[in-house]
Amino acid sequence: MTAPTATLPKPSEATNTVIEVRFEGGWAPVCEPAALLPGRGVAALLPDGTQIAVFLDREGRPYAIGNRDPFTGAYVLSRGLLGSTGGVPFVASPLLKQRFELTTGRCLDDGDGEETRVPVFPARIGPVAG
Amino acid sequence: MSTTAPHPSTEPSADVPTIVLVGHGMVGHRFLQALADRGLTDRTRIVVLCEEPRPAYDRVQLTSYFSGTTPEELSMVEDGFLEKHGIELHLGDPAEAIDREARTVTARSGLVVRYDTLVLATGSYPFVPPVPGSDSTGCFVYRTIEDLLAIEEYAKGATSGVVVGGGLLGLEAAGALNGLGVQTHVVEFNDRLMAIQVDSGGGAALRRTIERMGLLVHTGVAGQEITTGPAGAVDGMVLSDGGRLDTDMVVFSAGVRPRDQLARDCGLEVGERGGVVVDERCRTADPAVYAIGECAKAVDGMVYGLVAPGYEMAEVAADALAGGGALSFTGADTSTKLKLLGVDVASFGDAHGRAEDCLDVVYSDSRAGVYKKLVVGADGTLLGGVLVGDAEAYGTLRPLVGTVPPVAPESLVLPAGSGGAPALGPSALPDEAVVCSCHNVTKGTIRAAVTEHSCTTVPEVKKCTKAGTGCGSCVKVLGRLVEDELEAQGVTVDKGLCGCFGQTRQELYEIVHTLRITSYQRLLDEYGRPEARGGEGCEVCKPTVASVIASLAPAIGADGYVLADGQAALQDTNDHFLANLQRNGSYSVVPRIPGGEITPEKLIVIGEVARDFGLYTKITGGQRIDLFGARVDQLPMIWARLVEAGFESGHAYGKSLRTVKSCVGQTWCRYGVQDSVRMAIDLELRYRGLRAPHKLKSAVSGCQRECAEAQSKDFGVIATAGGWNLYVGGNGGATPRHADLLAQDLSDAELVRLIDRFLMFYIRTADRLERTAAWLDRIEGGLDHVRDVVVHDSLGLCAELESLMAEHVANYRDEWAATLEDPEKLGRFVSFVNAPGVPDPTVAFVPEREQIKPDLTLLSGPDIPVRTLEGTTAR
Repeated sequence: MTAPTATLPKPSEATNTVIEVRFEGGWAPVCEPAALLPGRGVAALLPDGTQIAVFLDREGRPYAIGNRDPFTGAYVLSRGLLGSTGGVPFVASPLLKQRFELTTGRCLDDGDGEETRVPVFPARIGPVAG
Repeated sequence: MSTTAPHPSTEPSADVPTIVLVGHGMVGHRFLQALADRGLTDRTRIVVLCEEPRPAYDRVQLTSYFSGTTPEELSMVEDGFLEKHGIELHLGDPAEAIDREARTVTARSGLVVRYDTLVLATGSYPFVPPVPGSDSTGCFVYRTIEDLLAIEEYAKGATSGVVVGGGLLGLEAAGALNGLGVQTHVVEFNDRLMAIQVDSGGGAALRRTIERMGLLVHTGVAGQEITTGPAGAVDGMVLSDGGRLDTDMVVFSAGVRPRDQLARDCGLEVGERGGVVVDERCRTADPAVYAIGECAKAVDGMVYGLVAPGYEMAEVAADALAGGGALSFTGADTSTKLKLLGVDVASFGDAHGRAEDCLDVVYSDSRAGVYKKLVVGADGTLLGGVLVGDAEAYGTLRPLVGTVPPVAPESLVLPAGSGGAPALGPSALPDEAVVCSCHNVTKGTIRAAVTEHSCTTVPEVKKCTKAGTGCGSCVKVLGRLVEDELEAQGVTVDKGLCGCFGQTRQELYEIVHTLRITSYQRLLDEYGRPEARGGEGCEVCKPTVASVIASLAPAIGADGYVLADGQAALQDTNDHFLANLQRNGSYSVVPRIPGGEITPEKLIVIGEVARDFGLYTKITGGQRIDLFGARVDQLPMIWARLVEAGFESGHAYGKSLRTVKSCVGQTWCRYGVQDSVRMAIDLELRYRGLRAPHKLKSAVSGCQRECAEAQSKDFGVIATAGGWNLYVGGNGGATPRHADLLAQDLSDAELVRLIDRFLMFYIRTADRLERTAAWLDRIEGGLDHVRDVVVHDSLGLCAELESLMAEHVANYRDEWAATLEDPEKLGRFVSFVNAPGVPDPTVAFVPEREQIKPDLTLLSGPDIPVRTLEGTTAR
């Protein structure tokens, strides 16, 4: 028996775009859009080692926030489900279901007076360098 | 005021007045609640002497013990009630003497309590006719939980039994005996069953229906002697007509008598036929002594054996003690509605037509066992009635007694759809109509609960008004009234699934099914709330719709595979990675072990996999093994080994069938009567992978000892000598519920067919995340309705339900095997999309008890950067 090895997705069609996320050192290429299912996320690493959660909405627009769920400390936000309310996209943590706006990082479900946030990273789809 | 009970001392600490309550039955407990409601518990010491070994329980529902209700569930005492009000309850310590001079009560234990006020709520005792042999082994009465336990035990060795008494209690007892698998005879001295409540027509309808169930009814005869065998145990009964019945046991249920001995012994006046004589404030001739409930003889000369008048007396006595004066008890409505042996029986008002010049309106259908009679005055006033076989109209009719109904009387008894005027709904009731007769709650009070106290649901109204918390017969009417009132207020109750859909899950199921919609986006854009169309949806409706599509997949032409294109993005993380997310971001893995049966070889494979991947292992409650601590990128490798060894997904991550537990059954166990393991395996393999509104658990027990705990499952099966009994709607967890018996003595094929129908009906009609227990309690008609639909096919749905299940079974495929074959899907199982070989450093473990546990310190601080990032790129 050979154990399957985890590999990057092989998109059926060649693409020439890449999702880029901005961090302190500039724009970092993360993965091609086809690596994501619209409405879902993936975890990725920035060059400085920061864990981020990258999402695509149903129109194919990219978003990136910190991957750490501030309520549990676990690095799982990339595994939450996307939704939108009033046109603003959010991700619901897969652990305790608090929702975080993808554009502001603001938590929509924290208790009275609290203002929990997750970091937001600008994201865009750009051409593959070189 | 003290906050704990009981006090060790028998004397009050200061000169606080003391109320002593003798008897802690339903009425006694209602009296305590009434004292608490009036704040009397704060300023008085309250001592309760109770003969039974348990606090007050719902004696009206006693028989439900035999359909799985536990003594604990029958309890009427809210957790913490006694402690909160500082009530001292002495269980198993009945009062034995009253000294009215010294104002003391002496209990069996020798405890002496001084009282300022004494309240007798001793209830009644079962009447045992003076028949020779009535004290033999095998003779029982039917009154307390202890009586039931004794009957249940004795019935295990009995094949036939006689119930003496064909009244309300007698038929309850007969139903219980019949349910225990004993050939049951009912011996009734009157010429018909339930002679007090129903007329001869109603009695005849009842008799036909009961005889069809296999019970044998003997009316117009009495038991003359009970004969015994060599060991002194009952072996037969000689009847007054000279006949003889062979029987192993006799249950006396021929009425009750007030327990008034304590009052007699201390010189209080009692009625000729028993009952402590009280005035309209429930006080005896001794101003310090009250009597309430079945032990009291009211001012109208009646001793009431029903709970509603008892409750009223409890309120009156508490009111008098609180210095009120507004309340009095002068007589009560003896209307009743109950279900005996599954037959609805109701009588109300002047059921026997004793008023002068009154007329009958009768509808009778012997074939269906339905009999309805209304008694109407010359001027059209409704005076009373009898309903047998179909008591649906009781809730509307009883409150109309004394009024001229707004429609012709015949339209009130004719079956729906027979061309009569439309049946009268609760909206036609006047405000002063009493809807809940147990708690004397009027329609006006119920309306006020909605309009003034902002109640919007039946449970809220129940809490606010107590309506519907007695016998429960008015709950349906209550629901209609609440709906009407909300509607009248212009309040539209949003029953929508979430912010995206205004429909319930059930409505979405119908839309998906009928229109064969296989795309979430299409459903959202065409049927979502206008403001949600074109949006992303949300975390509530996405998995719900995914589950509906998965349940219906073959029927609507969708792919049943949960990670299929279009559906993968809708799944919660657990379904998306086919594993259970744990608190530190790791996953747990549960291979299916059908019926809990596993070969040593397979057990070894699980051990090896756990060892090789360093997983924490734990045996689950569902007879399988949970492997914790897998990183997402390890899941495919773990499953490749498990699938190769012949394991399949256990769906521990899904809202779907979990396990079918089993006991070892007839093959090994000396008590077993069927092969429970075989049946559990068959059921688990049949329903594996079935997506449902919530998780489904099941179990199969090989005999009545119930070692597999099937009655705590969504569907549970218990072997009988004649086949299988099917229980549904059980639940463990935070609000445990015993399952209800759906059908008895089924063959293998009948059992499977009923479960097929039951599960598909549940999937079709339940709300999101609604377990079968909550669903059964919620849906209109409850268990009876579900039984009508899945056993008697009352909606003509069964063929469709069966075919849906057949398609599920035919199309089942192991999700993990399918995923391992799909490289694109496997590609999703990485910690980081841009660093496939790098494990997530925050998923780490520390040792505990020779295994691992999550290292939570890694999660508590600020972000931890991942090292080894040289050369990481997008591709």
